[in-house]
Amino acid sequence: MAGDMRSITLTINGRQLSRDVETRLTLADFLRDHLDLTGVHLGCEHGVCGCCTVLLDGRSVRSCLMFAVQADGHEIETVEGLSTDIDKLHPIQEAFSEEHALQCGFCTPAMILRTKELITNDGELSREEIREQLSGILCRCTGYQNIVNAVVSAREKMHDPQVAGR
Amino acid sequence: MKPPPFAYFDPTTLEEALGLKAQHGLDASVLAGGQSLVPLLNMRLASPEVLVDTNRVDGLGGLRRSNGTLELGSMVRQYVLEDDEVVAQAVPLLAAAARHVGHRENRHRGTVGGSLAHADPAAELPCLALVLSAELVARSNRGERVIPASDFFDGFMSTVLQPDEILTAVRIPVPAGNVGWGFEEVARRFGDFALAAAAALVTLGDDGSVASASVALAGVSDTPVRATEYEQALVGTDPTPDNVASAARIIERLVTTSDDIHATQVYRRKVAAVTASRAVTAAVNRARGGE
Repeated sequence: MAGDMRSITLTINGRQLSRDVETRLTLADFLRDHLDLTGVHLGCEHGVCGCCTVLLDGRSVRSCLMFAVQADGHEIETVEGLSTDIDKLHPIQEAFSEEHALQCGFCTPAMILRTKELITNDGELSREEIREQLSGILCRCTGYQNIVNAVVSAREKMHDPQVAGR
Repeated sequence: MKPPPFAYFDPTTLEEALGLKAQHGLDASVLAGGQSLVPLLNMRLASPEVLVDTNRVDGLGGLRRSNGTLELGSMVRQYVLEDDEVVAQAVPLLAAAARHVGHRENRHRGTVGGSLAHADPAAELPCLALVLSAELVARSNRGERVIPASDFFDGFMSTVLQPDEILTAVRIPVPAGNVGWGFEEVARRFGDFALAAAAALVTLGDDGSVASASVALAGVSDTPVRATEYEQALVGTDPTPDNVASAARIIERLVTTSDDIHATQVYRRKVAAVTASRAVTAAVNRARGGE
């Protein structure tokens, strides 16, 4: 029974790929250990810290609470999908940098992906609403003030026609 | 922190899923949204031999309103309760309370049926099923069974579902008439399980007194509970905030959860009574046409 394998095909950061995986392999471990997408951070591995958040078909999910096999046929986005070029950051990454919205950076990939989802789907949110919407990801450094600032700033950047579409 | 080995099946039809449950019984766990089961697997508090993943089963993910009933497929994701216009129109209580179920990331995966079958006494959906007098539809190879929510929860994280049964739908009577709703929850942090939560439906008579009331609580006992004595005490009264709050003292007796790291029993009794009276007062205000 151990070593039960399945072949899966999925789209990750815009690229389609196929792999053989053990059925008990979590999506988080698949992304980190098989694809080297180490922006997926594992804090608690039981769905509390939120640092392993990825976008599944555009919606934020905890990748430690899914099996890789469940992502078969779906689309996954990790923080690596935004930009890996330090000279050409995504507007949300710029906003997090400018607003000092990170210290240790452990929760940052999750915060950035959740921000992308919020900006794409939820339109205008008050600071209070942003706090509620970020409540599923724990940050132990910043006290959240600068993260909320970064979400507000990122939304302004994304709505600026000069940077939108990046 | 990695799940133990299991045999994994992800059938695409209910018949196949029921066949697997019939074959493996208690050795097989149904994997719905995974927001409770996968933590238990990762922490190795559960080690089922077989997982029957129902995420690819056709026909469990829809919802519809007809003849005064809102029917939710058991695989309807919890975020849909928050976002869906049909739900908001039919049962606004459900739409408003859904945002207290974990965090948005959990609700993107978590399902209505999964939460009900998991039956955590501090969870919102079991409490909502009770207050709304929902009916739960269970299927097995032996046939279909319709179980009133009041008979479904059987003890701490335990239900009357049989080893070969799978929950397929929830039927909620759409509240009608001069009825208002309220939901109140106290948790240590937003998105945490409730220290105590209360849901209420109140119907007012023409004279403004309480014609009927339904009140249920989460977090206070081994199962979600209906506060029947409190409901009876409210009927016929003029529901001023003072009357509603003083009658709510009966609630304290329902609290059997012992002291834990989150709250003492004494504190929980107070919180339960206060959340119940606030939920009822909110329901009364909505029944009067306010927000």
